[in-house]
Amino acid sequence: MAAIPTTDGHHAAPNVLVTIWQNLRCSPSGSIGLLIVAAHLILAVISPWIVPHDPTAFDSQAILQAPSATYLFGTDHLGRDVFSRTLMGGQIALMVTMISIVISVAWGGLLGILLGLMGGWLDEAIMRLVDAIRAIPEMLFLLLIAGIVGTENGILILALGFLYGVEVIRIARSATLSVVAQDFVLAARARGESRRTIVLRELLPNVFDVLLVEGALRWSYMLLVFSALSFLGFGVTPPTPDWGVMIAQNRTTFGIAPWATFFPSCD
Amino acid sequence: MNQPLVQVEQLSIGYTTRQGAVRPVLRDVSLTLERGTTLGLVGESGCGKSTLSMSLLAHLRSGSRVFGGQVQVNGTNVFALDRTALEQLRGRQVGFVPQNASQALTPTMRIGAQATESLTLHRGLDTAAAHQRVTELFQRMRLPQPEALLQRYPHELSGGQQQRVVIAMALARQPDLLVLDEPTTGLDVTTQAHVLHLLQTITHEYGMTMLYVSHDLEVVAQVSDLVAVMYAGEVVEMAPVDRLFSQPCHPYTLGLLASLPRITQTTLPRPIPGHPPAPHEARAACAFAPRCAFATQQCQNEVPALSTVEQSPGRMHQVRCHHWQHVIQYEATIPHNGRSAPREPVDTLHDRTHALLTLQDVAVTYARPRLLDRLRQRPQPPATVERVSLAVQRGETLALVGESGSGKTTLLRAVAGLKSPSAGNITFGDLDLTIPVDRRSREIRRVIQIIFQNPDASLNPRQTVGQILQQPLRLYFDRDPAQYQEHIRLLLEQVRLAPHYERRFPSQLSGGEKQRVAIARAFAANPELVLCDEVTSALDVSVQSAVLEVLTDLQNRQGVTYLFITHNLAVVRAIADRVAVLYHGRLCEVGAVAQLAAAPWHPYTETLLGAVLAPEPGAPPRLLARDVPDPAPPARGCPFQRRCPRHLGPICNEDPPPWHTTDSGQRILCHIAPHDLEQRQTAEASLAFARD
Amino acid sequence: MLYMIVRRFLWSLIVFTLVSVVVFTLVELLPGDAATAYLGRNATPERLALVRSELGLDRPAPERFVAWVGGILHGDLGTSLSQRQPVGDLVWGRLRNSLLIGLIAAVISIPLSLLLGVIAGLNRDRWPDSILSIISLISMSLPEFVIGTLLIFVFSLQFGLLPAVTIIDDTAPLNELLPYTILPVITLTLIICGYLLRIMRTSIIDALRSEHVQMAELKGLPALRVVLWHALPGALLPAVTASALVLAYMIGNLVVIEAVFNYPGLGTLALNAIQDRDLPLVQAIVLVLAGCYLLINLLADIITFMLNPRLRTLRAG
Repeated sequence: MAAIPTTDGHHAAPNVLVTIWQNLRCSPSGSIGLLIVAAHLILAVISPWIVPHDPTAFDSQAILQAPSATYLFGTDHLGRDVFSRTLMGGQIALMVTMISIVISVAWGGLLGILLGLMGGWLDEAIMRLVDAIRAIPEMLFLLLIAGIVGTENGILILALGFLYGVEVIRIARSATLSVVAQDFVLAARARGESRRTIVLRELLPNVFDVLLVEGALRWSYMLLVFSALSFLGFGVTPPTPDWGVMIAQNRTTFGIAPWATFFPSCD
Repeated sequence: MNQPLVQVEQLSIGYTTRQGAVRPVLRDVSLTLERGTTLGLVGESGCGKSTLSMSLLAHLRSGSRVFGGQVQVNGTNVFALDRTALEQLRGRQVGFVPQNASQALTPTMRIGAQATESLTLHRGLDTAAAHQRVTELFQRMRLPQPEALLQRYPHELSGGQQQRVVIAMALARQPDLLVLDEPTTGLDVTTQAHVLHLLQTITHEYGMTMLYVSHDLEVVAQVSDLVAVMYAGEVVEMAPVDRLFSQPCHPYTLGLLASLPRITQTTLPRPIPGHPPAPHEARAACAFAPRCAFATQQCQNEVPALSTVEQSPGRMHQVRCHHWQHVIQYEATIPHNGRSAPREPVDTLHDRTHALLTLQDVAVTYARPRLLDRLRQRPQPPATVERVSLAVQRGETLALVGESGSGKTTLLRAVAGLKSPSAGNITFGDLDLTIPVDRRSREIRRVIQIIFQNPDASLNPRQTVGQILQQPLRLYFDRDPAQYQEHIRLLLEQVRLAPHYERRFPSQLSGGEKQRVAIARAFAANPELVLCDEVTSALDVSVQSAVLEVLTDLQNRQGVTYLFITHNLAVVRAIADRVAVLYHGRLCEVGAVAQLAAAPWHPYTETLLGAVLAPEPGAPPRLLARDVPDPAPPARGCPFQRRCPRHLGPICNEDPPPWHTTDSGQRILCHIAPHDLEQRQTAEASLAFARD
Repeated sequence: MLYMIVRRFLWSLIVFTLVSVVVFTLVELLPGDAATAYLGRNATPERLALVRSELGLDRPAPERFVAWVGGILHGDLGTSLSQRQPVGDLVWGRLRNSLLIGLIAAVISIPLSLLLGVIAGLNRDRWPDSILSIISLISMSLPEFVIGTLLIFVFSLQFGLLPAVTIIDDTAPLNELLPYTILPVITLTLIICGYLLRIMRTSIIDALRSEHVQMAELKGLPALRVVLWHALPGALLPAVTASALVLAYMIGNLVVIEAVFNYPGLGTLALNAIQDRDLPLVQAIVLVLAGCYLLINLLADIITFMLNPRLRTLRAG
């Protein structure tokens, strides 16, 4: 009794975007995830306009310089400006991450919803397969693909999109199951609505925000995975600036020029 | 010590929103509770009664704080206590019994450990003595095998048993004051009657003081000496129990009493218009003014003070209303039960030719035989619903009654095509209904509609009321979307909602309004048969009768047939023509509602009727059947054999009972012939509803 | 309960079989085969044919699968192409080294993060919570190779306290290996704690809000007893699942951490194998790590069964 509503949402229209925003705000990791996504996007869009130096230009006069007014973060062993490289280093990673997330949420979400709806032996079989794929260490999976097939962005996007789509299947499936159990879906079934209408009108609007939140949460995680790939030499090919690659390359000179390693880390 | 045990003085509790607005949940509440008495605290959901009761234990919901006033227990201000003193207060002086025992017991601890921990801590008992005390109380609460129970985990107990454990836990400490927050809500009527009875006997014996919180006037009438009625965070009326029920002075109390369906009444109760305000809603000086028939301009501007109607010691009657004198006069001039018009009787009771829906030997089972069990030839568990034969006449309301787990909903879903029966026939006119809904024709789907119990769950939160109502229109009538608008307005009007509700989302509606939208959605299909699944049990009393009114109104206008599921016999009496009683998925009795008024009944019907509480003080329920949990129907004999108060002996356990039909067309499934049943039943004391 | 555990174990076996199918199919689906991968640019038709017949790659896929699985059942994981020796010999020693850092890290970090999580949860929105939250946030958002690199910088290069990278044979006795495990273990601990602490914090906060904890308070029990007896046991359940999850994550990222410290574990072996395009070796490592993953999950489920009386009292059937 006497339930105290924590927000005064009683009279606010439950717009989808508002709900997503509220869901994200409720979970701290969600809001942080969203913040990171926003920061990254802004960075990616504005960096090309604000970089002070060409990130791939060598300056043999200025090798391993300490941070200064000219080179804000100093320079690396080839005399490249670390600040510019840091700014630009996210471009490819962000693009790959973004497309992979869209791919994984799209196919994983769709399959997850369908499985949740259908149930039965097919659902059971596919979920066991999902378990099996999840048991394979993801980094090894990605390295295997990158190592054997190649490190082109397209391939990495497909590999990441596939791998995380498998995760999304589980999320979407359980979200669907919880919605399907509700009376309004039962009411739609009792009315005799077609399966298509039930999915489109009753389920999707209620599962969609779960998927979006999931996408936002995966964002920084995927970015970490991708930069780890680059770090190991299977992501972005030098000399294109990339955070992971930069750290790997500058490790050897760490003792003398810590700035070259340190600054790219703090993406 | 002459001071009262509890003194609440001008207590205001509330919270501050993020925007900085102050939202009081309790306003200026003052109460006195003398030793050895029981105060009943009634009110609808959200009226602040739980907040008030918890304040006696100095417990505030997180985010809430005391704006003003104080609570004194044994002369000490509980909100001023430090940690240790607070633990002492809760451990020794004030015991608490929560509503939801299944949630309130720690799932990872054994019953014994939970029940004894505060005894060893606060009462200085050693483990053995604590066990002894708890076992004794378990025994008093008639829990089976109290010794063994100590070693059990909460999930191994039934709901009624958990509730008894929680009560016994609180009693074991022998506190001065027992605060009970809806301790029997959510229990079946028979279990509720038993638990109440035990509670009263034991607390009476201990001379315990109680604060009994409930939304249920019937329960409060049974247990209290004094009743306080709360509305929107205020105590609006307080009086001795007999006085409150015989001479209410606040329009809200009057309205509440009138809105109660009673087993003695065959007509619809009168609802209170509107719905209670949410804490943040703007309100008049008197919170009840918008719903009040007596309201004047004064009620808008001037906060009513607490007036004293009667002052003699022990008979104190107070009311917070400007016009209470008018209310008393009104009470004197208008007959106590001035209610809406009785339902038109439907004269097709035994006319088989008019049967709209026929069920023949229907069985539904959820158990799917496992391959392994089939190979081992293990006997299959008894079906959830079995051998149900019923005919529902066109235009009538057939109520399907039974306790939780009786298979009412399962049966309804079988008719709706959501769960296929495993045996038997369901026909609608001459059309076959045993097929699942997705194989039924559009026409059949249209004419059979279902309304669910919980409107929070049955309306899609992402659709506006307009979109929700459009769906059946789009599905069943190939009509131009431009015409929807008009149709939707009409539908809303039928359920007495204003046209602007069309643009609202379900989260912006109150419970009663949501249920009306669900009703409008069902009627958008222009149905012939509407299946109602406990449609009012999630609603507050004052709103419940308004929804029932809408339903009967629609029936009178459109001649639809209702298959109406409920556990509330008083509601059955008010709206149904015929009633079918289910126990464990087996029909026990089918007959006209009027036949509930006198014997013969099936022993189970008799038990249910006996357990019904009357909203009158001094009319205790009759406890007939033993209150033992009966989780699964027996494999042989009569389904009710384990709890039957008229048990004959081996025949009931071995042979399936026959159907007897009385002269008036009532059917009873029992080994005892109706004539004998009648003799035995009338020989005993009159039942709850036969009292007046 | 035994029934449940046996059932759960059988499920794990089925999933493991599926893993082997998936791994095998994956390698099949990749363009080229072990022979082309191994020979790379040196591939001539003759050499390919030679390596193929040597590896039995000229046989049809199902037959090879059966042979592969049959070999595994006999403890034969195949032959490494690059090192020309049985995969088993290579894998087991490295597995020992990886398990060493993994186990030490788990033993330190799981109890530590549970404790810190409880502290944060009990002091919700006060300074201990804020500090712990910031720390966990940093450790979660920095890639593990950055943390590792920073640690090397601080402990090895600045203070010279610990060896930066491992320069020791992978079959060295444990006591000689031990100093080299310190930095990887610290890195792992930081990552695990960051994640697990947050989970534990959330679940203890949820538990404190539950009705039965409120009831325990209303019985007048002291705060410590309420937390230890009424809140904690239930709150541990999600933490167990989360621990399994984070350990599984750790298995996946062994490659990165071992690479940072050049630690001679399965991860570096896998990295080398991939660089050498040594498919039989990669397959074997993937299978071994997947086995570890399933084992961890199995263990977590058994612990959950034991912690949850609802499951513990469940009867067979």
